[in-house]
Amino acid sequence: MTADIAAILAIDGIATGAVYALVAIGTVLIFTVTRVIFIPFGDIAAFTALTLAALDAKQLPGTVGLVVVLACMACTMEVVSLARAGELRAVPKAVLGYLVLPLIVVGIVWLTMRFNPPMPVRIVLALLLIMPISPLLDRIVFRPIADASVLLLLTVSVALHFALVGLGLLFFGPEGVRTEPLTSMAIDIAGVHVSGQTVLILAAALVFSGLLFLFFDFTLIGKALRATALNRTGARLMGIRPARAGTIAYLLGSLMAGVSGILIAPVNTIFYDSGFLLGLKAFVGAIVGGMASYPGAALGAFGVGIIESFASFQSSTLKDVIVFSLLIPVLLWRSLASQHSEEEVEE
Amino acid sequence: MRKILSLTALIGGLVVASTAQADITIGFVTSLSGPGASIGIPYGRGIQAAVEYKSEINGEKIKLIQLDDGSDPSAATRNARKLVEEEKVDLLIGTATAPSTIAMMAVANELKVPMIAVSPVTGLPNPADQWGICVPQPASLLVKVVADRMKRDAMKNIGYIGFSDAWGDLVYNGAKAVEAEDGIKVLTNERYARVDTSVTGQILKVLAVRPDAVLIGGSGTQGALPLLALGERGFKGKTYGTVALVNPDFVRVGGKAAEGIQVSAGPVIVAEQLPDSHFAKKLALDFRAAFLKANNVPTTDGFSAYSFDAWMIFTTAAARALKTAKPGTVEFRKALRDEILNTKELSGVHAVYNFKAGAYHGVDERALVIVRLVNGAWTYQP
Repeated sequence: MTADIAAILAIDGIATGAVYALVAIGTVLIFTVTRVIFIPFGDIAAFTALTLAALDAKQLPGTVGLVVVLACMACTMEVVSLARAGELRAVPKAVLGYLVLPLIVVGIVWLTMRFNPPMPVRIVLALLLIMPISPLLDRIVFRPIADASVLLLLTVSVALHFALVGLGLLFFGPEGVRTEPLTSMAIDIAGVHVSGQTVLILAAALVFSGLLFLFFDFTLIGKALRATALNRTGARLMGIRPARAGTIAYLLGSLMAGVSGILIAPVNTIFYDSGFLLGLKAFVGAIVGGMASYPGAALGAFGVGIIESFASFQSSTLKDVIVFSLLIPVLLWRSLASQHSEEEVEE
Repeated sequence: MRKILSLTALIGGLVVASTAQADITIGFVTSLSGPGASIGIPYGRGIQAAVEYKSEINGEKIKLIQLDDGSDPSAATRNARKLVEEEKVDLLIGTATAPSTIAMMAVANELKVPMIAVSPVTGLPNPADQWGICVPQPASLLVKVVADRMKRDAMKNIGYIGFSDAWGDLVYNGAKAVEAEDGIKVLTNERYARVDTSVTGQILKVLAVRPDAVLIGGSGTQGALPLLALGERGFKGKTYGTVALVNPDFVRVGGKAAEGIQVSAGPVIVAEQLPDSHFAKKLALDFRAAFLKANNVPTTDGFSAYSFDAWMIFTTAAARALKTAKPGTVEFRKALRDEILNTKELSGVHAVYNFKAGAYHGVDERALVIVRLVNGAWTYQP
């Protein structure tokens, strides 16, 4: 291991880590607001990449079908539950939110596709198309069990991941995709070749972390989300709707996952089932950050990326083993060092 | 009233038909879902092409029952049992992934039904009472032909990078076996997983030994990842691989970085470029035509051709077995097994097949040609 090999590996690790960081931040965001450990996050990232690839190939992405199916299901559930509660006046609004809005998004994509839009527009379309998926899943799967224990939510989340992988195969087919690089530029930093893609990935991770920080500290919605995260009941008494806060968290999280999907699409072949490992490694990063702090999660994710990169050089066969073995000491340290507060005790 | 009469006639006709004419029933298992689907789907299309090409033997109709195993060995086992015990099939053909194929083979041996495997099965003990054979070229042969080509190209030091799974092991061990007898030296054994996003570390390690050539032990789209990383690092040497890389997505994803890679593949891949004297030329072109007719898409892969060859082996053996027994009977199964193991110099689209009891594979080096990727198309390298 010479100095320049170490430098190449470090840069490679930071680039991988930045992608994990985006997903890890999203995971923490959703966990703190809704107490759901959203395992399918990696799948959302993979689906974004597949969507973009389909748009590049001028095909209607499979995501369209997925969104339409989910929108119909979510809308039906919402209307039925409203009807049961006797709140028929809220039905039109529910239909608007759960069915019309996603369909409008699908319509926009379908219309724009006919004009062969340039790359930036295609990226925006892919993100638009992927955004409704998580909130819709939240309505279908998690809202009915919102007050359940964290463990149950996690179990459901894992089951949801497997369902999504199956749907992914149905809508996207078994083949992997790889999109065109966003930039072919490259710079040399101290004699080490750094591709423009790496710089982009890093910049995106930093920008989005920064935006999240501003959002939580300086906007009312952000503060409401934080309040929900701290104490659901208290937030409700203050007039904040936990359900709406959850939807916003899912939307934001999807955006993060979507962006990371767009960023890895040119670097790697993405399959319909590629999301799981991505999500899992990001989750390890989030755990290092204690599932509570964004900078912690981001740092943890960068750590995972760098360790993975060096492990792939030292012993490529055991790379994943090394990464996941990290969890054990971290969990031990976390559980010994943290003070268990009364908040976490199940009521 | 007329409706009822015609219905009765129809049902009666069906009953008579099924008793009077025992069709030959084939149970076909492939992976239409799960991780093996990308090759399981072509396998399925290949069998449709084969049925299109030949759907009866000496006037006996062939009935095909296709099941999906979801790339899961336990589902493959269940499917095989169901086909044998409930559908009373005369022959099993399957499936897309090696573990599932091995699981099916166990069922075939236990229930005494002949089976033609369309995925490589390795490491199976040769049973005294053998019921299965295996169509594809064994990995050792795939690698041997490539290694011989490396030797011919005067390559000395070989860097190896492959999947961290059984396939990666197969290719590596195949290369190592050739190393023992030849002049090539395999200096690295780097591995990566199918879902990895980067192989920078592994490629740095490969390049550190200054190889003349790099051998890729990956498959499909993800087989292109090391080539892209090699391209980024400005590697100027030659690259080699096996037929597992041959699919349109590999070419699309690999782009410029994959140019010039040489792989060992079945002759069907370059059917139209083969000399007219080649055994596979005419049949391969017929197969392509049948494939297009059955699936409305052209064939571009080697997997569907394995299904087709399995069908060729079955139909020639069944034609002989029909002389001694009737389909649907235990005697017919046994006769079919004996005749399959009696296959002599049968030309398929991948190979010339010679089977005998005690061995699963029945192909020799005629089953492989070297093809090179030139401007995104596979070209025959005599």
